[in-house]
Amino acid sequence: MADTFEIEEGADAPEHDTGDDHHVVHESTGIDNRKLGMWVFLSSEFMFFGAFISNYLLYGNRDFDSVVPRDIYDIPFTSISSFVLLMSSLTMVLAHHALSTGDQNGTKTWLMATALLGSVFLGGQVFEFYEFITVKDMTLTSNPAASAFYMLTGFHGAHVAIGILMLLSLFGITRRQGGLSEKHGMNLELVGLYWHFVDIIWIVIFTIVYLLGAA
Amino acid sequence: MTTTASRPASTIFRRPRATEGFWSWITTTDHKKIGIMYGYAAFFFFIIGGLEALLLRLQLAGPNGDFLTAAEYNAMFTTHGVTMVFLFVMPASAAFFNYLLPLMIGARDVAFPRMNALSWWIFIFGGLFLYSVIFFGEVVPPVGIEDAQGVVVSGNIDESDQTLLGGLPDGGWFLYQPNAGPDYSPGAAIDFALIGLQILGVASLISAINFIVTVFNMRAEGMRLLRMPVFVWMTLVVAFLLLFSLPIIAVALFMATFDRAFGTLFFQAVGGGDPVLWQHLFWLFGHPEVYILILPAMGIVSEVLPTNSRKPLFGYAAVVFAGAAIGFLGFGVWAHHMFSSGITPVAQAAFGLATMTIAVPTGIKIFNWMGTMWGGRLKFNTAMLFSIGFVAMFVIGGLSGVTHSIVPSDWQQTDTYYIVGHFHYVLFGGAIFGLFSGIYYWFPKITGRLMNERLGKAHFWVQFIGFNLTFAPMHWLGLQGMVRRTWRYAPEAGLGPWNFAVTIGAFTIALGVAIFWVNWIYSKRKGEPSGLDPWDARTIEWTIPNPTPAYNFATPPVIHSLDDFWHQKYREDEEGRPVRREDADDLVERLDHEGRNPKSKIHLPAPSYFPFIMAMGLPLIGYGIIYHTSIVGKALLVIGPLITIGALIGWGIEPLEEPEDPDLHGDGPGGELVGAGAS
Repeated sequence: MADTFEIEEGADAPEHDTGDDHHVVHESTGIDNRKLGMWVFLSSEFMFFGAFISNYLLYGNRDFDSVVPRDIYDIPFTSISSFVLLMSSLTMVLAHHALSTGDQNGTKTWLMATALLGSVFLGGQVFEFYEFITVKDMTLTSNPAASAFYMLTGFHGAHVAIGILMLLSLFGITRRQGGLSEKHGMNLELVGLYWHFVDIIWIVIFTIVYLLGAA
Repeated sequence: MTTTASRPASTIFRRPRATEGFWSWITTTDHKKIGIMYGYAAFFFFIIGGLEALLLRLQLAGPNGDFLTAAEYNAMFTTHGVTMVFLFVMPASAAFFNYLLPLMIGARDVAFPRMNALSWWIFIFGGLFLYSVIFFGEVVPPVGIEDAQGVVVSGNIDESDQTLLGGLPDGGWFLYQPNAGPDYSPGAAIDFALIGLQILGVASLISAINFIVTVFNMRAEGMRLLRMPVFVWMTLVVAFLLLFSLPIIAVALFMATFDRAFGTLFFQAVGGGDPVLWQHLFWLFGHPEVYILILPAMGIVSEVLPTNSRKPLFGYAAVVFAGAAIGFLGFGVWAHHMFSSGITPVAQAAFGLATMTIAVPTGIKIFNWMGTMWGGRLKFNTAMLFSIGFVAMFVIGGLSGVTHSIVPSDWQQTDTYYIVGHFHYVLFGGAIFGLFSGIYYWFPKITGRLMNERLGKAHFWVQFIGFNLTFAPMHWLGLQGMVRRTWRYAPEAGLGPWNFAVTIGAFTIALGVAIFWVNWIYSKRKGEPSGLDPWDARTIEWTIPNPTPAYNFATPPVIHSLDDFWHQKYREDEEGRPVRREDADDLVERLDHEGRNPKSKIHLPAPSYFPFIMAMGLPLIGYGIIYHTSIVGKALLVIGPLITIGALIGWGIEPLEEPEDPDLHGDGPGGELVGAGAS
């Protein structure tokens, strides 16, 4: 970028028909608008979850003689559901790969598999919440630690749910049009970016909130 | 083609076609129309926020004022702050971003035209949602506050306080918890503020993403990053600040809303929550927000000063990097709003130092603006006067700001009128002067006419004098110990004379704004036609006719240097002075002709109904959350999301264009729009 400066600051008025501009490729980034937009959006999402995670770190130990999340974690159970969510990232990559090789059936299969794995994870979370609330007697309003836990994991679950809806609508487009086009290939990539983000955030949550937080 | 009804509508998924009239504004995806709507909405809220300020000043004009009740006073200073920050300065900046950003980088529209319309509609619905509290709000005494005898008292709220204005949100613009929590602020007013701000945040986040992608991807050929006008750079910095600070306030607002609606304990000290966490989260957003408000004005001034000094901006790169540095440092100084909140001495020292550091890039900018004017042939038109006024007032506000980095001094100033004086010098003397400068400067771009200079100068001087009369004495009042957010002061406090002066000043400002309003209406109808290049400008938005044609650029521009248009008109002689090229007038005439007569039909982003419909769902969800215990609220919690998701589906299914429409479709050189409809 530095070389562009001399032209502008130099004593000579710029020559309008010479200079190096004709060699320069049009300086857009070369990244599709939608893809760049998704990256930018996800960078904002990191701050969103960062704030929720910090919030949990602050409140995680404030029990006030009531049940807090770290007392009742079922680490083996959550490990399995985390594994399921991580595997869904693998199937997402396989869907993307299948589309890039023109394998429409494979794309459909792997998209469906991703949505299913995501749903299994979500089901696990619903089960976990149900257990915590009914059996372990820890509700949203029990103590600040419980509030922080349900807000953080709940908002993550909402993100997973939205991701599943996106996967299903991609699947619907595939069914309706008999396969994804190059244009929708871009869409698949967008959904993939979002899905991987949701997985990565879960790795952070699982590590910090569950593993390091467990008593 | 003036109405959508002129063609048979076979399917709702047909894109709307109106180019004029009511529906064209509802369905538009044109960044210029969206910018104009932002501008009018911002001015509307400016008037409302201004009237609220005048009510405050009438109450404080003399000791023991009884113009407002205490509850009304609390509501007025809260809504004044919220309105001016979120509903005036931010959308006014968004108006400039929308209208000018594509023109300044040589694009036909933003990267995501429909998302742009969406963020505008979400903004206006959010603003109206926030103010709809006036129909629902009521003064409800706080519960659970007992006096020494165990009798529940309700502060100074009694029957006579059940007024219309008193029902507005009353927790201060930063809605400190737990004061704005369920116990101390019962009733729905604070919920409207919390959820209203959440909706407005969604709007800002969408436009931030849109502008970032637009700046990175939609630049004309040759428009490298360091050839972009400073205004575009400041837009980019503001977009990043929004991108990283809005999610934090979103989290805080969610937590506070859950505290109030669903009984969580985040900020309720009685349940083990931490009120100071709210302050951290709020100011971690709130301080970048200060730069979100001021940087657009700095961008405007960086365009107006060089043009009217007939010199390039002194130290272009330094101004750009200083702007980016302000953006970075802006995330590291938030706790200077909290020196009196009991944070540790180490934190106080660190944030005090960081606060001093931020004066460095700001100082760089001030000196660069002065260097720009130094030795230039200055033209003192209204736009220039406002820009110079900006620099002068911002220096005063900046210097009083640096005093806050001295922690013991800040303890003395906290919650006094010194602070009120300080931030009005940067936000009114800074941001609003800059915005007015931009309005006078780019008015011809929008209307093809010049604003009246005599009225403009009258506006400037009246507002300038009124402004200083209003806010300078506040510093002295604050140092004398006058406390913020207190609805009365005693006669023996000796604060009366200066307060009276402040009130006179506030009405002088109102007179200035009235002159501006008259000028706007007059100039829009009868102003002198501006021609293509009324200011002998430097940047490429002035290479196209005024008012801007729908397609912006008849042929996509190719950029060869910073201040490209200037270099097309001027060369330099041996001593480096600009000399107008002989053919410059011909060039301007040719540009005007070519700009009005594109060689081929130009393909523009098609309008759409769905941004409007989608945005409509959000306030319904907001009402649903507030009244979730009632059946209507539960119904709204179903209907709101259905509208939004339904519109999303329609958005996805509607065709990206209407190929059979002869008016909007065309092929040929210069006819393509990169990224059209790709939202």
